[in-house]
Order: sequence, then C-alpha cells, then structure tokens
Amino acid sequence: MLKQIEGSHAIAETIALCRPEVICAYPITPQTHIVERLSELTRTGDIGNCQYINVESEFAALSVAIGASAAGARAYTATSSQGLLFMTEAVYNAAGLGLPIVMTIGNRAIGAPINIWNDHSDSMALRDAGWIQFYAETNQEAVDLHIQAFRLAERLSVPVMVCVDGFILTHAYERIEVPEPEPVDAYLPAFEPVQVLDPDDPVTIGAMVGPEAFTEVRYLAHHKHLQAIDVIPELSTEFADVFGRQAGGLIRPYRTEDAETVVIGLGSVMGTIKETVDEMRDDGVSIGAVTIVSFRPFPMLALRVALENAKRVIVVEKCFADGLGGIVVGSVRMALRGFSTPIYTVIAGLGGRPITQASLRQTFGDAVADKINDPHFLDLDWAVIDRELARGQDKRRSGPIAENILREMGLVGGKPV
Amino acid sequence: MTQRIKFYQTGTLTVGNRLLDEDNRTVQGTVDRSNSLTSGHRACQGCGEALGARYVVDAAMRAAGDRLFAVNATGCLEVFSTPYPESSWQVPWLHSLFGNAPAVATGVRAALRAKGRTDIKVLAQGGDGGTADIGFGCLSGMFERNDDVLYVCYDNEAYMNTGVQRSGSTPPAARTSTTPAAGAAPGNVFGQGKNVPRIAMAHGIPYVATASVADLQDLEAKVTKAMNIDGARYIHVHVPCPLGWGSAPCDTIKLARLAIETGLFPLYEAEYGDVTDVTPIRRRMPVEDYLRPQKRFAHLFRPDLDAEVLAQIQKIADDNIEKLKLLD
Amino acid sequence: MQKPFAITLDIGTSLANHTGSWRTERPEYVDRLPPCNHACPAGENIQAWLYLAEEGDYEGAWRKLMEDNPMPGVMGRVCYHPCESACNRGQLDEAVGIHAIERFLGRTAWEQGWKPDPPAGPSGKTVLVVGAGPSGLSAAYHLTRMGHAVTIREAGPMAGGMMRFGIPKYRLPRDVLDYEIQRILDMGVTLELDTKVENIEAAFETENFDAVFVAVGAHLAKRIDIPAHAAGRILDAVSVLKDLETGVEPPQLGRRVIIYGGGNTAMDMARTAKRLGAEEAMIVYRRSRNEMPAHDFEATEAEDEGVLIHWLRTIKEIDESTFTVEKMEVDENGRPQPTGEFETLEADTLVLALGQNVDTTFMETIPGVKIAKDGVIDVDETLMTGYPGLFAGGDMVPAERTVTVAVGHGKKVARSIDAYMKGERYAPPEKHGLATFEAINDWYYTDADKTVQPALDLIRRQTTFDEILGGLDETTALFEARRCLSCGNCFECDNCYGVCPDNAVIKLGAGKRFKFNYDFCKGCGLCAAECPCGAIEMTPETI
Repeated sequence: MLKQIEGSHAIAETIALCRPEVICAYPITPQTHIVERLSELTRTGDIGNCQYINVESEFAALSVAIGASAAGARAYTATSSQGLLFMTEAVYNAAGLGLPIVMTIGNRAIGAPINIWNDHSDSMALRDAGWIQFYAETNQEAVDLHIQAFRLAERLSVPVMVCVDGFILTHAYERIEVPEPEPVDAYLPAFEPVQVLDPDDPVTIGAMVGPEAFTEVRYLAHHKHLQAIDVIPELSTEFADVFGRQAGGLIRPYRTEDAETVVIGLGSVMGTIKETVDEMRDDGVSIGAVTIVSFRPFPMLALRVALENAKRVIVVEKCFADGLGGIVVGSVRMALRGFSTPIYTVIAGLGGRPITQASLRQTFGDAVADKINDPHFLDLDWAVIDRELARGQDKRRSGPIAENILREMGLVGGKPV
Repeated sequence: MTQRIKFYQTGTLTVGNRLLDEDNRTVQGTVDRSNSLTSGHRACQGCGEALGARYVVDAAMRAAGDRLFAVNATGCLEVFSTPYPESSWQVPWLHSLFGNAPAVATGVRAALRAKGRTDIKVLAQGGDGGTADIGFGCLSGMFERNDDVLYVCYDNEAYMNTGVQRSGSTPPAARTSTTPAAGAAPGNVFGQGKNVPRIAMAHGIPYVATASVADLQDLEAKVTKAMNIDGARYIHVHVPCPLGWGSAPCDTIKLARLAIETGLFPLYEAEYGDVTDVTPIRRRMPVEDYLRPQKRFAHLFRPDLDAEVLAQIQKIADDNIEKLKLLD
Repeated sequence: MQKPFAITLDIGTSLANHTGSWRTERPEYVDRLPPCNHACPAGENIQAWLYLAEEGDYEGAWRKLMEDNPMPGVMGRVCYHPCESACNRGQLDEAVGIHAIERFLGRTAWEQGWKPDPPAGPSGKTVLVVGAGPSGLSAAYHLTRMGHAVTIREAGPMAGGMMRFGIPKYRLPRDVLDYEIQRILDMGVTLELDTKVENIEAAFETENFDAVFVAVGAHLAKRIDIPAHAAGRILDAVSVLKDLETGVEPPQLGRRVIIYGGGNTAMDMARTAKRLGAEEAMIVYRRSRNEMPAHDFEATEAEDEGVLIHWLRTIKEIDESTFTVEKMEVDENGRPQPTGEFETLEADTLVLALGQNVDTTFMETIPGVKIAKDGVIDVDETLMTGYPGLFAGGDMVPAERTVTVAVGHGKKVARSIDAYMKGERYAPPEKHGLATFEAINDWYYTDADKTVQPALDLIRRQTTFDEILGGLDETTALFEARRCLSCGNCFECDNCYGVCPDNAVIKLGAGKRFKFNYDFCKGCGLCAAECPCGAIEMTPETI
C-alpha cells in the first residue's frame, strides 16, 4: 500500500510484516522511531505473538536477539552509532555463532565529539564483524531490503545489517510503498534454523575453539559471504518477481555504459550523486555512478565488471580512517587490482554535513580534470583548520577543538580567547 | 514391622541413603540423574564449580522434567566444559559472551514464549565475575523485567579462569593476582565488593537464595523451589576453588561447609525482597578455622598471626549471624 | 540438525577425554575393622548385624549375630559391652546401645521362633565338652553347626554355669537363659548333667572322642584368714548365689550383712542381700573406687539400691557381730597401705567375695598339660593344651573372666578343634585396619542421643529379683541401630557418588555399593574426605 509515511515507520511496518518473534529495543537516535513504532505494533497484536523486550543497553539488545535466535526465533533489533559500538562484542558473537539476526542501523556519526547526525562511521567500524551489510539508497529500498535481509540471513544462517542513513531516510516523510502481508508471506517462509536449542535433540552451542580449528571456522564464515555473492542477486530477482519492483542486489550501476568517470557510493547520497551525474551528462561529461548495495560481502567481481571500462573512479564515502583515508575505496581498489585506473576518494557528509549537488559537481569536475587531492574532503573549511592548528601550536592547553571550531564559526558563545 | 523410616544415622546430611524412599532421595543420589555436566571435563581436581553446576543443573533438569535450556557465561565452567571437539554438557546449552548470559537467557525465554513453548524452562549460569561484574548490567535488566529465568551464580570469589584476579565478590584480605599479599594491608581491600544476592533482593524479584556445595539437600530444595516459580529467580552458590584459594582439592566441600558454619557465607532464601528463611548454623566455628587452610589467607597467619584482621573478618561473620539470626 | 563446524558440538562428547590420567592418588573402597567388632570378646560382627537391623531386617541381623554368638538374649543383658566403650559414636555424643539392640534381637527371635541355620552335613567326628557354661555351650553350638557330634558333660544339675550360678536373676531372668540354652541343645547337642568328668584321657582312649574341650568355671571361692575371737557367721558369695539358684534353702543372712570384696560378685552379692531382706548391706573393700575390679555402673546401681560401700577398709578382727576395720591409703602404685587407724562395724553375717579359683586338679596329671600362673591351664593361641586334641577355655585359661570372653573362647575353640580334626591348625584371617574416629567425617551424622532403656522402680529393685532393665521396643531399637556410624564400612549413603565433581563414581544399586570409574577419576580425594564412615582410602598411583 502506498503511504505518505516516515521512513522509520515504513521500516517498522515492514519488519512487522516479516513476522519477527522477538524484538529487543534500546533507544538511540536516529533509529528510535523504528522500535517505537514496533512497540506499538506489538502491543496492538499486529505481530502475532511477537515478544518485545525493553532492554538496558544495546549490548543486551543484541544479546537478547542472540538468545532468541539460538532458540529458533526470528529476532530483530535496531541501533545506531554509539549503540552499535556498545554492542560490538555481541555483533561479532552473533556472526560467529551463525545466528540469522536482522538489525537496522540508523547510520550516525561516532563521537567524540558526540554527534547525532548521519554518516557511515558506525556501520563501517563493524564492516568486518562477519555480518552482511546492505546500504539502502531510499526509504523504499530500506523497506524492501529488510524483507530480503531476513530471507538471506535465514538461508545462509548469517546475520544481516540493513544500514539506513539517519535522519536523511529515517526521519523523512515520503511516499513509500509498504508491502501487503501476502507477498511478504510468499517471499519469506517461516524461519527454519540450521541449529537450535531443542530438548529432544540437545546440542552444545558456542564451544571454545582453539588453533586446531579456528582458521577453518573463520573460512567457513567467509564461505557464507562468498555464497551470498550469488544468493543476493537471486533474491533480488525473486523479489522483483513477487513485488514488481527492483530492490537490492549487489550493486546498481547508473549511466555507466560508456562512462569515462564512474562515481561510487553507498546509501542515500546516491540520489544527489545521480542528479549530479545527470547534470554533468547534460553538460557532456561522460560520467556515471555505481551504488554499492552490499558492502559485505563486497561485490568484487560485479564491481570490476562495472568499472572495467572506466577511465577514472571517484569513491564518495561518509566515513574515513584516520591516518589512511577512505574505507570503501580500499575495497574498490581491490576490485580493480591489475588496472591502472586512477581512483579518487571523496570524504563527504561527516557528522551530517549536507552534501550539496554544487559541491559534488565541483569536485567531480576537478576529478574529471584529474585536479584533485586524494583523499579529498568535501567542503572542508581550511581556514578553520589552519587557525586551529596554529592555536594548538601556540598554546598547549588551547581548549576543546570542537567547541573552538563552533565558536570560530559563531555557532555558539563568543570567540575563543 | 514396617514403620515410617527416619534416618537417624546420617539424618538428611548425606547425599542419599539406602534406607530412604526414592521420593526422599536427592537427585544426586539417584542412578538416573541427568549428569548434565558429565565426565571428561577439564575442571581442576576438586573443582567446586564443576560439582555445583552438576548439582544445580541436574536438580533443575529433574524439576523441569528434563526440558531445560542452559545459557552459560564465559568463564571456567564454560571453558572446561566445551573445548572443541568435546562437550561435557548433556542438556541444550548455549554460550555467547562473558557479560551477557542473563540477556541471552532472556532472549531464549522470549523465543519460547513467542512460540508458545511453555514446557521448557530456562537456566542461566555464570561465575562471580560474569555475574557481579561484567554481566551485572544484563543481570539487573533481567531482574527488573522479571524475566522468567533462573540465574545461578557459581561464586568462587575471583576471576579463576584468567588466573585468579580480584572480582567484586572477592572477600576482604584475600590474596589474588591483582590484590597481592604485599604492602601495609595485604590482600583484598576491606569495605569493597558487592553482595549480589542482596542486590537481587532489592529488585523485588520473586525468589533469591544462597546455597553451597556443602549442603546438597538445601541446594536441591532451593533449585527445585526456584524452578517452580515464574519470573526472575537468583541463586548464588558458593563453590570453593582449590586453585584460586590455595586449598587441597579434597577440602572443597569442607571449606564450603566452614564458610557456612563460621557465618561468612550465610544460607538464606528471600521472596519479593524479604528474607523468608535461613539455614541455621549447626556447629559454629571461628573464622580462623575457615581461613587457615587457604593459602590466599596465608599472610594472616605468617609470619605472625594478624589478630586485627582476623577480628575484622570475625566481625563480618558475627554480623551475618546476628542479622540473619543464624544461631536461632 | 546440520551443526555448524566446531562451534556447535554433540552432547556428552567429553567422555572421550579420559581425565583419569591426571591422577596421582587413587581412591579405593576399603572395609575397615569397626572398633566395636574389634573390642568384642565374642568376635561379633556388630557393625554388620546393626547394618541389617537398620533396615528393619531383624531376622537377618539375628542370623548374622548368631554366626558368632548363640545367646543374644543373654549377651544383651550380661555382657559388659566393651564394644560400647570402644564405639566411635561415644566421641560424638554417646555410644550406640549395642547391648540393648542385641537383647531386642534375642527377644524378637524368641517371639518369632527363629531357629538357627541347620548344621552342615555330619562330619563323623565327635567332640566332648566338659562343662555346660557359656564357653562350653558356645563351643558345642559352633561345633554342631560345623557338623560335628558334641556331647557336653556337666558336673552340676543344670546347664548354664556361671550364667546361672554367678549372675543374679535381676540381671538375667532365667527364662531367657533356659530358652537360649535349649535352642542350642535342640540343634542336636547331647547334654549329660550331674556327670563330673574325672578322666580326660579315657575320653580319648576309651570313648574315642576326636577332641575334648574343657571349660570348667571358676567356682571355688578364695578364702582369707581373719582373726576371730568368737566367729560370726561367715559365708562365701559363690556358694550363696549358687544356693539361691539351686533353691535348696534361701540363705539366712541376717539383718546386717558385710560383703568383703570389690569385684562384680561383691556388688551382686550385696544387691542380692538387699533383696533377701537385709536392712543393711555393706561392702568393705580395701582400695578406692578407682581401683575396684567391679564396673562402676554396678557400684552405682548397688548404691542406688541402698548398699553402703566402705572404701579403703580391711577387716582386721571379728568379735561376734563387731568387725574391726583398718583404714587404708592408696600409694602411688595403687596399692593399699595400712594407716593404723581403726573403726568398727556391726554385722550379723560376713560374705566373702574375694575372687574365685578354678578346679584344675583333674587336669594336672594329663601328660603335656601345664598349669600356668594363677592356677589356670596353659594353652597355645588355638586354645589347645600340651596334650594333642585337648583344648581348654573360659575361666580355665588366662583371660578376663566374663561370659562374653567365654562365649568367644567357645567360637574360637570350635574353629581350632575343627581344624585340628582335619589335621590342620586354625589360623585366624588377617584383620582389617581399625576404623578410628579420625577416619570418620562426623559432620554427616545427625545428633541423636542414646535411647535410654526403661528401668525398674527403685523400691522393686530393692525387694524383688525382677529384671532391672527393660528392653527396647521395635521403634527404639531401630532408632538405636541407626545411630551406628558404620565405622569403616560402606553403608551406601551415596556421598561418594554425589560429591565427585567428575562423575567418576558408579552406583551399582541397592546392596551392591559403588565402584570407581578410573577412566575419569582425577584423584581429588573429595570422596574419601566426605565419606562419613571412612570406607575410602587414597593410595598413591604408581607409574
């Protein structure tokens, strides 16, 4: 049913259609609206006998999901930012135990400085925790990816994160097709766990594994991700058959056929990127874009094929690694190993800074002209940086950097002394 | 010549007795006990935790009609029972992390409820570190939600698995790897540590009890009682650790008994926050008798007897006895 | 279920890991000798019959008892129960009242009409027993059980020996004695009364007995010379007690009686005098209470009944009814020394109770037979004299003179004679190590005070020969039996099975005890430490 609805609520209503049996919730902005709506749906009996557990931390939230999943229940939770990091140990553990939990990440920056706005630092921090990671480009895709996530998770017995840009998507009211129960039921069969606590067939789950088998255990987890490379497109195709629209898959190329320059990104920023591409195309620039939907497993081959004719590649990412640069770009370089294609990294949108079409166009233009630093920090205010660096050199106790910058910009209080 | 048999010879203090009716025997005295934690585990010789765990889980299995899931925190019990490729467990068993066993158990319980499986009970277990320290948040959450889980803490009073470091349950003056017997006040600091059963009671949960490997009948009765109560339940079992305490493996039960008889580890039950029953001390002993056989307290006796510290510890025991009326 | 590799395991798979290899010490089940058994002169396996009694299997208990002692009813009354003095429970609260349970079993056997197990098939051997006292009857019983034909020759008119003639009725009712003697005779023992054996050698040579056991009691009273100006009435306790039994004429003792001596016979005599109507029954004894040979309880009971005991006195002179006594002092060696201080007592009769001798004259001429110190017969450890096939026991040989010792001699000599007649020499089986109190983990025994036997009113004790102590009923006997600690012998309390952290104890089922699974036993020793009765021993492993 087509609804004018907040993204979070659309996601929540879709989760409900996926017939979860245990939902655990701990509040953190910006995912909170999802679990709030789910609490309502659970209370009103819209999710059958689903158990909704208010826990005392994100660590507990995922731990409850782990217990529920091991006992054979379809388990769901959602978190963001600090919350994801707080549950880190359990994130690895869920994957290690092969429990098909689905978790929504309302992507948000990580502090300090504390910041509630969107970027991908949180989910990227846990990109190697063994979970499959989908990044939704739109709220429609967020809705659709969750349905596919349960299917994929349970098919391979691996947990799946669906990453949805905080505020940009989670808090956006827009027209979204929220599926009807019937096609969801048709697409998503009942959870049939590969291992489960069962009094009639007892097993020991969660053994200690030493050097003699640990590598094999890790390889088998890797193997699941390799399988997912094949399964994800299949499920996407099947989804299109049932629901009549495209969603998911590994990557989604846009106007790349003959593009000399290809821009790569994840999540909601792809909308702006595509509009920039269109604008530049109108101006005769040979440019296209590729959306990475599945960041883990990383679609190495699909991306290589998509990029093999590109003269240059620009990776726009909402995260970065101090002392290194981009995170996504590293994987892209691996996909293109053997090629000499120049690859530029654009770090953008950190802590919720708007990524404007104008800035992108400027940057892409520079890149096309091969006049760009790598990595390039979009809209970085060098004047602030220079002043702050000078202040630090001048005076050891120069005060908190973040506050200084805000004062510098006149956003709070007076000017720093 | 039949009469109702009361066994005076050993009363109710031994594990079993050939003269007792089957119904009156302990679970541990029966040939068909579950042996939930079976042979071949790698616990040290004389391990109190291995013993306590079998006592508890077997009793829980009996009470649950063998329909029980066990969730285990990381720790000695988990490590010595499940090194790949061998498991010593004979119940459905799940280990996730060190600090999340109560939450995992909550999840297991929630799954069963969602599936309408009312026939299966959920037990969570961990050591004192996993309970009093790292898992404390999850435990408190499980309590306040009154989740239908029996949580059992096997308290050996330090982080034994990692090499005997101090925990929030380490008693005062005890030497551990991180509270060495050095300096002006050797061993663990007085006035620190937490009393988890009391904190559990403060949550107002339906049932809290302390128990000991030295009193099997009492322990089994408490597990059985707990298993027949809905909601969050907590049993704190005292389990001596020969390795960490520096005691003889054959003294495990004796020391647990002395802990009770000195008043240092009082046995009691509480319902909804109020103490409802205490196990009286049968033969009161001075704390010195308990402390002396343990190397972790050796500095209290060598080179000279530390009468002041002994008096402080005795006072703790005396206060317990007075507060809980353990001699009445 | 398709189990994920390594992280999910099959249950119980650790059974492949044999932790028994860690062991440096191994536990082993042992049977230690309980102190009661060790102390019993009759060699009763007390712990074993108590074990059966604890289960309420009184017939089984009685049969187990009867393997060693044919007279539980008598023994439960007259034995001074050294078993109870040795009982480890005495260090916990009070000793188990073994004698009372034994007596209960004796009475129950009578009530139920239980018969001893039938004897073994006839061996064709014949044995002569001289004397129908406890030792002779016991020997006859055991020899009969072994299949030998036994003839008892008794000089007196009744069987029972000192049980009848030395122990007053108020301690041993005669119906009990008669019943238990008859039960022995009913097994096929030939008893010839009023038949004094004078010629032992003839028994071998003329009557062709394969062996002879001489078990004559110490019936000869010791005498003492006291200067008497005008002799009062002087009797001896053995004769008085015997006359009382044979019923010739109740002895006339007068209003005031002095009994001279400090042994059990003196106590019995004084108490008998009370019952016979003496207003004053006084014991005069030359040493103090600490040195008296009588059991303390006998002195206490005598005093309870109104007997006056003059300690540390010797009788120096008698003039009609006036007895001059000298005060004594005990020196550092426990010997009485005169003080030169005198006092007088008034009495109508003096009864001497200064000990008894045994008549060995008929033995002295037999080749090889030697008379030991104190006028008793010298025997080897099988109780055989220097004359092959001639055995002696009871009061006749150097030993404490009690019914229980005598009964023990009867059993021992039966085994010796049995072996002798087979051309062998009896060697007793090696004894288990003693189950000391230190081996007991007393924690596991609940507090249970000894059951008190009902006692007769004092007034009736002073005036009648009714039995003083009553028996236990079934409830109290069962309670008392269950006070047994089962020292050194497994009683299946399940402790080892329960306390093993490694499930390395296998329970074999009721009556079958347990065994160790050494595949998994790590040798921690918890089972041994927590075994209540000390029936597990840790022994070093050898490589």
